[in-house]
Amino acid sequence: MKHVYLDNNATTRVDPQVVSAMLPFFTEQFGNASSMHAFGAEVSGAIKSARKSIQALIGAEHDYEIVFTSGGTESDNTAILSALEAMPGRDEIITTAVEHPALLQLCDYLEKSRGIHVHVIPVDTHGRLDIAAYKAALSPKTAIVSIMWANNETGTIFPVVELAELAKEAGALFHTDAVQAVGKIPIDLKSTQIDMLSISGHKLNAPKGIGVLYVRRGTRFRSLLKGGHQERGRRAGTENTPAIVGLGKAAELALAHMDVENTRVRELRDRLEKGLLQRIPNCFVTGDPYSRLPNTCNIAFEFIEGEGMLLLLNREGIACSSGSACASGSLEPSHVMRAMNIPYTAAHGALRFSLSRDNTDEDVDRVLDALPKIVEKLRALSPFWAGAGEAPKTFNPVYA
Amino acid sequence: MWDYTDKVKEYFFDPKNAGVLEEANAVGEVGAIACGDALKLMLSIDPETETITAAKFQTFGCGSAIASSSALTEIIIGKTLDEALKITNQDIADFLGGLPPEKMHCSVMGYEALQAAVAHYRGEEWADDHEEGALVCKCFGIDAAMIERTIRSNELTTLEQVTNYTKAGGGCMTCFETLEEILAKTNAAMVDEGLIAVKEAYSSGSTDVLALKKKSREDKIRARERASAASAPIQISGLQLKPDEPDPAPAKRPVMTTLQKVKLVEKAIENIRPFLKADGGDCELVDVDGDAVYVKLSGACVGCQMASHTISGVRQKLVDATGMPLRVVPVS
Repeated sequence: MKHVYLDNNATTRVDPQVVSAMLPFFTEQFGNASSMHAFGAEVSGAIKSARKSIQALIGAEHDYEIVFTSGGTESDNTAILSALEAMPGRDEIITTAVEHPALLQLCDYLEKSRGIHVHVIPVDTHGRLDIAAYKAALSPKTAIVSIMWANNETGTIFPVVELAELAKEAGALFHTDAVQAVGKIPIDLKSTQIDMLSISGHKLNAPKGIGVLYVRRGTRFRSLLKGGHQERGRRAGTENTPAIVGLGKAAELALAHMDVENTRVRELRDRLEKGLLQRIPNCFVTGDPYSRLPNTCNIAFEFIEGEGMLLLLNREGIACSSGSACASGSLEPSHVMRAMNIPYTAAHGALRFSLSRDNTDEDVDRVLDALPKIVEKLRALSPFWAGAGEAPKTFNPVYA
Repeated sequence: MWDYTDKVKEYFFDPKNAGVLEEANAVGEVGAIACGDALKLMLSIDPETETITAAKFQTFGCGSAIASSSALTEIIIGKTLDEALKITNQDIADFLGGLPPEKMHCSVMGYEALQAAVAHYRGEEWADDHEEGALVCKCFGIDAAMIERTIRSNELTTLEQVTNYTKAGGGCMTCFETLEEILAKTNAAMVDEGLIAVKEAYSSGSTDVLALKKKSREDKIRARERASAASAPIQISGLQLKPDEPDPAPAKRPVMTTLQKVKLVEKAIENIRPFLKADGGDCELVDVDGDAVYVKLSGACVGCQMASHTISGVRQKLVDATGMPLRVVPVS
């Protein structure tokens, strides 16, 4: 049975072209870029050309604005911690309720351990940011604003270009976690006021363990890791050359496929979404349908729980993900679903399908064929389900 | 990806007894949709014999919640209410070949639904003080709320006591800092409430954890040495026991006076105690009535996830020693 992989917001397949580009850098061009000999020289050339590919993908003005890191989490941590050190007299952070844990848990930690004031901006039921609350939170105390470009669970895109302009007016730094947006939608940083931006390699067909923090020229910055002059003193540690070369190749491919992503992938996503909504009663799309990544679709199925659907889909060879509590090991459903105030009865039954350019019409058909039966099966087991269109029966568990 | 046993998968993919039981005369509804699980257990009970003749369920929840519900119905069909009420959540987990620690609450939900259904049948109120906190000890599936309750009710003030009473932190120990935090916070609140003195309260970081670990290892070695020195080879460590083994056939049951029986039971329990003590627990004989042996578990056995294994182990030992099909009933 051919596997249908629809979990590309979790991680992507490393493109075979990326693998071929990387291979020589393990056994032949294995030098240390800092070395004063031929081994070093050819490696530093390869790193420079990877930097240029990423510069092109995100429309950065200079290639040296690209700082290689170990991934999105390190990039996010570096941005926030740098701003708190480098922005004198400013000690507040503004972020949103739907950020990735790489940011929210760091902010939580900073609040508890250092007493940093963190403003968490809420979203509405469609995942749209409360702009008025954001404006009200900006002040001369704001060190940094960190707002994701696109949400990993719903695909909702935030207007970061405008949000960055507002931050600038308040004199604050603006960082965006763009791990889900880079490679999926066109980005042109030089025409924006965004100071820092995080990229994760494995979300765009490069390997895991490599990422980028874009740092705009002239941005006040303090490195997170100490101990080396690499990346112009902004990220210590010998460069992970094979992965950097891989990310460079992946950036090239992403740029070349940007149109495909926004036409063919978008069409597949739309067909999947419409098909499921037609075939399955009592389900709805979460997030902002008008401002959304072309590859992501999050649908909440009422009265059933996500993990059961994932297990049954997995048996059919279909992989996607869920915001349900039981699939994550905590008791709360996804913080993104909660922030959007999606009722518990639906939040636990939210499934995320995230497509890629590798997906086909046949993949979509497989889901359209399998999922309606799965939902029906689980609803037949659910004490909350009373048939399509009807209100659920009264069901009052003892300690609900 | 959760590490589910084949039995869990089997009972999730093809659940037995799923659906609505029209003729149900006992219904138990438990769970909380906020936590992502809820269970409606429907039983048909024969009023003459108080036997469960049919059981069906509807569950909102993950794979293991559905499997646990289905397993529960399979376990209880054909049992009398008294027999069914003795089933613990551990029995449900065992029936499924075990559950991941994060998913033990699924088996607890099954246990509670059964209690609620029987209470409903008998016209009693069933209220559970069930309150689930964040999972702290992943080795034994102990949550924060349970740890805090145990600290309060036993006035615990050291990390070692917390491990002995709850078992939390007795495995891989990665949670010990969280345990310290809970202990320090709870003790501080207890000081404020005047329950313990300031100098008794625990402060985080005051335990030499490495020494604690070494000590627990040494205790275990000593216990093992004592075990091999003891005359009768006893296997009491929970993992070696098979709690679901049926009673040995009562083929050659010796005729015994009650006094003789009590003496044998007493002696058998005395033989078991050193092994329980080695794990920070203890067990004392309270009463013997017919085939029921009432024991009181204390120390680390209280609230321990393995307590039902221990009870089964004690029973096995008593059955071996007396040759009688005894039941062990824990009392508090």
